[in-house]
Amino acid sequence: MNSITGDYQTQNTLETFGFLPKLTAEEVQMQIAYIVANGWSPAIEHELPENSADHYWTMWKLPMFGETNIGTVLSELDSCRRTYPDHHIRLIGYDSYTQGQGSCFVVYEA
Amino acid sequence: MSSKGYQAGVKEYRDKYWTPDYVPLDTDLLACFKVTGQPGVPREEVAAAVAAESSTGTWSTVWSEYLTDLEFYKGRAYRIEDVPGDKESFYTFIAYPLDLFEEGSIVNVLTSLVGNVFGFKALKHLRLEDIRFPIAYIKTCGGPPAGIMVERDRLSKYGRPMLGATIKPKLGLSAKNYGRAVYECLRGGLDLTKDDENVNSQPFMRWRDRFEFVAEAIDKAQRETGERKGHYLNVTAATPEDMYERAEFAKEIGCPIIMHDFLTGGFTANTGLANWCRKNGMLLHIHRAMHAVIDRHPKHGIHFRVLAKCLRLSGGDHLHTGTVVGKLEGDRNSTLGFVDQLRESFVPEDRSRGVFFDQDWGSLPGVFAVASGGIHVWHMPALLNIFGDDSVLQFGGGTQGHPWGNAAGAAANRVALEACVKARNEGRELEREARDIMEAAAKSSPELAIAMETWKEIKFEFETVDKLDV
Repeated sequence: MNSITGDYQTQNTLETFGFLPKLTAEEVQMQIAYIVANGWSPAIEHELPENSADHYWTMWKLPMFGETNIGTVLSELDSCRRTYPDHHIRLIGYDSYTQGQGSCFVVYEA
Repeated sequence: MSSKGYQAGVKEYRDKYWTPDYVPLDTDLLACFKVTGQPGVPREEVAAAVAAESSTGTWSTVWSEYLTDLEFYKGRAYRIEDVPGDKESFYTFIAYPLDLFEEGSIVNVLTSLVGNVFGFKALKHLRLEDIRFPIAYIKTCGGPPAGIMVERDRLSKYGRPMLGATIKPKLGLSAKNYGRAVYECLRGGLDLTKDDENVNSQPFMRWRDRFEFVAEAIDKAQRETGERKGHYLNVTAATPEDMYERAEFAKEIGCPIIMHDFLTGGFTANTGLANWCRKNGMLLHIHRAMHAVIDRHPKHGIHFRVLAKCLRLSGGDHLHTGTVVGKLEGDRNSTLGFVDQLRESFVPEDRSRGVFFDQDWGSLPGVFAVASGGIHVWHMPALLNIFGDDSVLQFGGGTQGHPWGNAAGAAANRVALEACVKARNEGRELEREARDIMEAAAKSSPELAIAMETWKEIKFEFETVDKLDV
């Protein structure tokens, strides 16, 4: 990233957690646990990198309303990844109270 | 003249305006004042005088009172309480009927409640501590032009506070050099940058030039980073006409957010601008210059929680709240008390936070709390703990004072913020584990490592001067 000390090179990032090292499988699990513990609904979206600035990415199936099993969410992430290996894939926690996204971060970069 | 009719003269206020048996109506606007009377004047008389002078009363009886039903219109002092640890002052609670106030006019509410009464000779000091706005009144106010969730959706910022910085030096840069500073902050990872409050349209940098260069900075940073960016273009101006001209231009060149100083600009200007923003799809950042003149004295003036409530009703999507930990200190519990008023849909009475009334905000959108002033990377764990996700954390010197410049400073803050958010979500205790979390994050970010070295003293002090009376 920054080969020369003091020369900051602009990074193309994908919003939240874009400045951290890629999350490990265990770290992704902990974020899913946070989404579930808040009572949010996990959801998966994927998109071609060139369209990643759009508000809407393509949904992977429907949001997993009421899903509290972390393993289920992980296996859906894997399925999405296998089906769309050249897409960015992000995980969302839909908060029905605020009608917003309590969490949203990219799990796989294409 | 018969004894039944009009009798000229001066009556004691308490005969009419001290009503300890009164049960406030759901539609009443309630206020709590901290009153310090002149020596020798009974508390009930002083409380009643405040109720009278802030509603229907005047010092002398007048014949025309009898043309109306003052029992319907008068304000009533209905409760008196001791101020803990203070023998000189007391709290009085006053109920005002809804019909005393024009719909949707914070100007009108404040003109009554903090008008002539503050200069009243029978009072040594007077402080408006809190207002309970009835839901019936709240439904007449426009409120935030967008609100927290709409802003998050427009800017695609989820699950974390937003990061900002005020461009420095605050005065004296040319428009092109200023735009450079904005670009560097945004390309480095900040979401938003900000005009300082006194950047309006001075000879060294006219507003139009600034707006154009800043718009280019935002566009370029968005293109290169792939993230959504903004800069609060300050449209505070000498006249409403100038203000709207600047707001229109900001919209025309595609900027997402403008800025206003609600106290120096005034509530008329603020409410008008908020309405304009709502109509035009623009976000509105609110600065609070002059607030400390009004809210800092513990016995006189208006507490900031009242000004914050007024701003949520008048309209704004962001409001500065202090940082608790930075150079402009504020009491932690008191700050949490008014941060709730900005963001929640219902806030219960809680004297430990200085909240005197239950407050139902109905369907009014929330306002982002903005923490700004003398904060740096080491404050990040505490700031996230105190302010939570629905906040904007603004590091001015803490970004632009980085040894490698604005972009590296921005990246350092972004890494620190995301590391803290991730740690919090993992269930770690941010303030207790602050050093571990930050040092681990710095391993993958030389920008953060040098920022931590630059501002290395780590302090979390929560004692302050203006404490709550509990």
